[in-house]
Amino acid sequence: MSTDVSADRIPIKLRAEALEQLLVERGLVDPNVMDSFIKTYEKDVGPLNGAKVVAKAWTDPEFKARLLENGTTAVAELGFKGPQGEHIVVVENTDTVHNVVVCTLCSCYPWPLLGLPPTWYKDPAYRARVVKEPRTVLAEMGLTLPESTEVTVWDSSSEVRFFVLPQRPAASEGMSEEELVAIVSRDAMVGVAVVGA
Amino acid sequence: MTGIQAASGVADLGGAEGWGVAPLLDPAEPVFKEEWEGRAFALSLLSMRISGTNLDAFRHAMNRLDSEHYFDDGYYGRWLYGAENLLMDSDIIAPGAVEARAANMTGGHVDEPPAPEPHKPEYAPTAGGSIRVIEAPQRFQVGQQVRAKVMQAPGHTRLQKYTQGHVGVVAIVEPAQILPDTHAHFIAENAQWVYTVSFDSKELFGPAAERFTLNTDLYEDYMEEAS
Repeated sequence: MSTDVSADRIPIKLRAEALEQLLVERGLVDPNVMDSFIKTYEKDVGPLNGAKVVAKAWTDPEFKARLLENGTTAVAELGFKGPQGEHIVVVENTDTVHNVVVCTLCSCYPWPLLGLPPTWYKDPAYRARVVKEPRTVLAEMGLTLPESTEVTVWDSSSEVRFFVLPQRPAASEGMSEEELVAIVSRDAMVGVAVVGA
Repeated sequence: MTGIQAASGVADLGGAEGWGVAPLLDPAEPVFKEEWEGRAFALSLLSMRISGTNLDAFRHAMNRLDSEHYFDDGYYGRWLYGAENLLMDSDIIAPGAVEARAANMTGGHVDEPPAPEPHKPEYAPTAGGSIRVIEAPQRFQVGQQVRAKVMQAPGHTRLQKYTQGHVGVVAIVEPAQILPDTHAHFIAENAQWVYTVSFDSKELFGPAAERFTLNTDLYEDYMEEAS
């Protein structure tokens, strides 16, 4: 790698185009394969998957028990598996316990359930601070927890991927599983927000 | 082929000061904010394949960037620079090739270095993914007190600085996994047990720390008994 940063500060967009061109013209990369990767994570694999898992857990106690016992096999029942989902551990938020997930070393994230991570998850301030002062960080992000709530931060350092099962809001009583899917936010499944009805 | 290089430590952000306020949530943000981010994402995934390397090598290729390359172009910027590192390590592209092509794409007329003879790492994974079935018994049990070792060896690791030297309790025995420290350098898979260990915030950050529990995964090689 270059050590002289100023010499190669070409715009990153141009850099990506140059590398793609070099690899495509030598037959090492197929642009159609690139397009399919991009489309997969833009259209098919995203937080809607996780929301389906949560809504099912809220309405099917046996599924919820399986989900907390073995997240990997339980979400595979719904067809969710793949890269960055080799082993999934689901942790449950309750009246007294709040879980929040981070990856301080890069930005490991449960892709099959949530897609690619949002900007805030990859932000150095989040990575640096949520393992040291989670209550303060969550408050800055809009979630103030009572002092009595137990906070557990999960720092993803192996290939285990953590997924938060948010609390079902009381006002959602009577909603169907489909209706529940629509209220589950991505941010609640990482633990920086709660689900409002 | 690259040898083992010291990681710059640029990526090991846990507990670091000076990063300012926490980011705001943006539930409506697109997956890729700009088109190049998607191209960089796809190129990076394919670069692991083309260079004959692996995910741990890719993470290490990012960890040895300097801070400008790591931070200034954001997440997919460091992916792209990391991918370039992998491709240069395996002699798929020559140093300077990307810069020269970029110059020629914007009206320049510079000689581009020829494509080198590829040298991919000589290693073959024993299975797909990172999880392995091993026969070795678990060295540690749920409920046991353990200490995260202080390890400053050069090369890749997933042992964060902020846990090193601190005592926690084994909470979960996770599946055995290949060790990133050796896998990133194509030395060995070293499959071993991984444990989710719970640390008290005050053990990690002192008596004035907020009250919370920090859970993180430690590979068995990162751990020792805490007497």
